Amino acid sequence: MTKRFALIGATALALMPIGAFAQPKELVLYCSVNEEWCRAQSEAFMRETGINVLMTRKSSGETYAQIKAEEGQPRGDVWWGGTGDPHLQAAQEGLTEEYQSPMLSELQPWATAQAETSGYKTVGIYAGALGFGYNSTLVTENPPACWADLLDERYAEDIQVANPNSSGTAYTMLATMVQLMGEDEAFAYLAKLHANINQYTKSGSAPIRAAATGESAIGIVFMHDAVAETVSGAPIVTVAPCEGTGYEVGSMSLIKGGPNPEAAKMWYDWALSAAAQEIGATAKSYQVPSNTSASTPPEAPKLADIKLIDYDFAKYGSSDTRAALLSRWDAEIGALPK
Amino acid sequence: MKALWEGRIGLIWSGLLLAAVLALPWYKGGATLASALAEGVAGRVWLLPLVGAALALALLALLSRDWRIHPAGAALVGAGLGWLLLQGFGIGLRGPALPGLGLLFPTALEGQPGFGWGAWLAGIALIGALAEVLAARGFCRGERFAAFAIIGIVSALSLFVFFPIVKLMSAAFVGPDGTLALTPFLTRITASDLWSLGCLTGSGRCGVVINSLVLGILSAALATALGLALALLVARTDFRMKRLLRAISILPIITPPFVVGVAILVLFGRTGLVTVEVAEWFGVRPTRWIYGLPGILLAQVLAFAPVTFLVLLAALEAINPTLEEASTTLGAKPVTTFRTVTWPLLRPALAAAFLLAFIESLADFGNPIVLGGSYDVLSTKIFFAVVGAQYDLGQAATLSVLLLTLTIAAFWVQTRWLGRGSYVTVTGKSDAGLVAPVPGLIKWAAVAAVVPFVLFTVGIYAIVLMGGFVKDIARMDMAPTFGHLWTAFSFEFNERGIQLFGSAWNSMITTLWVSALSAPLTMAVGILTAWLIARQDFTGKRAFEFGTLLSFAIPGTVVGVSYIAAFNVPPIDITGTMAILVICFVFRNLPVGMRAGIAALAQIDRSMEEASQTMGAGGGRVLRDVVLPLIRPAIFTALVYSFVTAMTAVSAVIFLVSARHNMATAYIMGRVENGEYALAIAYSTVLMLVMVACVAAMNGLVGKRKLGRRSTVTGTPHPAE
Repeated sequence: MTKRFALIGATALALMPIGAFAQPKELVLYCSVNEEWCRAQSEAFMRETGINVLMTRKSSGETYAQIKAEEGQPRGDVWWGGTGDPHLQAAQEGLTEEYQSPMLSELQPWATAQAETSGYKTVGIYAGALGFGYNSTLVTENPPACWADLLDERYAEDIQVANPNSSGTAYTMLATMVQLMGEDEAFAYLAKLHANINQYTKSGSAPIRAAATGESAIGIVFMHDAVAETVSGAPIVTVAPCEGTGYEVGSMSLIKGGPNPEAAKMWYDWALSAAAQEIGATAKSYQVPSNTSASTPPEAPKLADIKLIDYDFAKYGSSDTRAALLSRWDAEIGALPK
Repeated sequence: MKALWEGRIGLIWSGLLLAAVLALPWYKGGATLASALAEGVAGRVWLLPLVGAALALALLALLSRDWRIHPAGAALVGAGLGWLLLQGFGIGLRGPALPGLGLLFPTALEGQPGFGWGAWLAGIALIGALAEVLAARGFCRGERFAAFAIIGIVSALSLFVFFPIVKLMSAAFVGPDGTLALTPFLTRITASDLWSLGCLTGSGRCGVVINSLVLGILSAALATALGLALALLVARTDFRMKRLLRAISILPIITPPFVVGVAILVLFGRTGLVTVEVAEWFGVRPTRWIYGLPGILLAQVLAFAPVTFLVLLAALEAINPTLEEASTTLGAKPVTTFRTVTWPLLRPALAAAFLLAFIESLADFGNPIVLGGSYDVLSTKIFFAVVGAQYDLGQAATLSVLLLTLTIAAFWVQTRWLGRGSYVTVTGKSDAGLVAPVPGLIKWAAVAAVVPFVLFTVGIYAIVLMGGFVKDIARMDMAPTFGHLWTAFSFEFNERGIQLFGSAWNSMITTLWVSALSAPLTMAVGILTAWLIARQDFTGKRAFEFGTLLSFAIPGTVVGVSYIAAFNVPPIDITGTMAILVICFVFRNLPVGMRAGIAALAQIDRSMEEASQTMGAGGGRVLRDVVLPLIRPAIFTALVYSFVTAMTAVSAVIFLVSARHNMATAYIMGRVENGEYALAIAYSTVLMLVMVACVAAMNGLVGKRKLGRRSTVTGTPHPAE
């Protein structure tokens, strides 16, 4: 008996150091960019400050839902990354904290515009244009160049896009189509496209990963996600649709009432610095950084070369528009037979 | 002398209660000095009656000869417990839930946080005191330890099994505007996306309930057939690979979820090895055929066949061979013997195996989420209703009620089926006959079914073993690398000591902690419950036994959702903590330890315990010195099972993890969803190695029962995952 307790004690002791070296300070990070970038960014912050980062990666729609569900007692400190719309919605609903970082003066105008729209409850950290990527071993002839090309019967059951309920990427696509074509025409287009969609994924970048491995032929994603697959060796060709396309201002917000407000502000200021914004490229994330002195990775799709629409962030980031578009999507697209 | 000593023991509860209300922070996250007394004086006056009751009880315990039989003692304990619960549930975070309390205590409008250390300890102390009071009045024949064990376990079960389910059921009736009504439930439950038969008539897709049922029936039928083939080969033929078959049957138990799904994608996905090869062979375009029903079915049959195999093997080995021998002696051909003797005797086991697989299929979450494509089943639909962007607890609750109903119905059918007819063949008489070998035709049919299964399993696990250590198995980039392992588990020694950078460390450490904490707890509560059921007589024993089994029948997803519904608001506000993970596992796995304990106790004659009792040992002492050493195998089973489940279960924990406390399976699921297969596989391999090492360590620690007998092999049931 005694011997057994001694053994149990020894086991407990062996486990102790694992728990014991948690830093006195920590930060709970909700991360909505690609997992790899989330990891690299948290690691860099841990190295710089010694603050232990507890990171969860979730799509921006999911993170928004989680922050809303935790409103009574927030468990996260910072929501870093992900498309701007859900960040704006969270700001509008008072889920996030107002904060004017001293770093704001170093940012691109589109990033500060995001902050001004929200009453300084969120800020732009990167930008990227929507597009799609196709697998060049599967799509060999006459590749698609426009949104309209995706309706081709050749791609039946061969296109993936995320579900706009969970993914900011897919919501950006929905909002882009509405702005590009008008609401009714956009839904008519999406209903036709539905015949070619094999799965609405949860995460925004999963479709391009499926195209990279050949599980699907085409993935509708942000162009920088498609470029990342090409860089890691997949036969992916990135397309900027000819009709024009929308873009995201990836954002960052402080969660109101989070458990570690000081660490959260440290992260916030640090994440806006040029050095911190250059980490993305090392983790195969080729967005355009918002700090003017951060260098744009050469692989990044040049925003200047892409036909961009005048995306109305204030309107499409508002709760009402978002809820209306999503419920119409559920009723008219999500419910279609598959 | 003895009475005085017993009275002193009783005092411990009173002392604990005093400490809880006077010295410990009453609320969750409260300051050290914010005890019930301090909070009560500062304005939360509804706490003062509790302080008063605690003081009165302490006074009574000191002054009266025996407070336990004093009428005032019982009244104080009952009133204290009642008020603790009433104020806790009556006054929520943002004000009173019961309007009457608001009128009575104006300050209650500000609300109160959840229970902290003080409140929890006060509850435990009151329950302990209640057990003393009842035991003193003859409950459990005055056996104090048993009384405390029963009251304690019943309270815990009510709180962590029944209360969440009741909360969940009521959540199903809450409309979008937050009011309680029947209409939202009826609207949700009759929705066409649940019941539509569109896929059968060719006019669209089928409802989730139909999908789940189709999948469950197909999967259970195939798994049972395969399990039967395996069992026949092992028990009734001279098949060469028996040991291999037994080894393979253990694999699914220690395999983390998603891994098999991922391996199937690597083989049969559109660019999978097999798909591409076959497509080239026939000159057709590779398709996504595996996504949906075929894929889930394949993965489930692979996972459940070993379970049905164990059930059927036990049944085959239990059939008294003299019956078959008699049939052969009377001149029946092997086929006739099999058809008229063996088969009818196997029927109940076949039914049991089928229903077991059916229930597991309904509850399965890992495979549908990886391989489902757009084939929705109940468990995944529940998941998306809660964690998706449209956080809709009402919808999740409604679906959970449906899933629970289906599962309980299957359990009910199972017990009914097994209850009918006599299948007794093992009697006291000699059973020295020779087992009848299965007829040639059936043997070859079995071989034809088993060989592909074995090859397939070996193939799947080969992918799993390789996948984590090559560059990108999904694209067949086979350059060996430890990169994935390093991504997950990188660390560094620097001026801050050891710093862990790998992204999997957080979840790995939590998983180890949760497993290490929940395994001994599960074992202790399970064995204690078994001992109570097998050895104690008390009122309400049947209900007690049923209650412990209920937690077994509830599918994991339902448990997860019910915990969210019940425990994310005060008074029991424990979501986002490690405690909720541990509690979840303890109560889900409790029946396994209990069953193993009951089986082991049934083999041990009461006379030894009675001897110990006659010599003056109390209930607790008998349990510790006599019973426990004799049932070591059951202890081992319970420990190993709960440890392994804590590492591999996903369906319940996926709802309960947080950024602070993430679990390995939840982390793996995220990687799979994002297409990072290699990382998921590498992590799973590490998990499997850790499990094997820990089980070996436990084997050394607990060991086998030291009796000069052969050890028996008992199959353990699984809870609905």
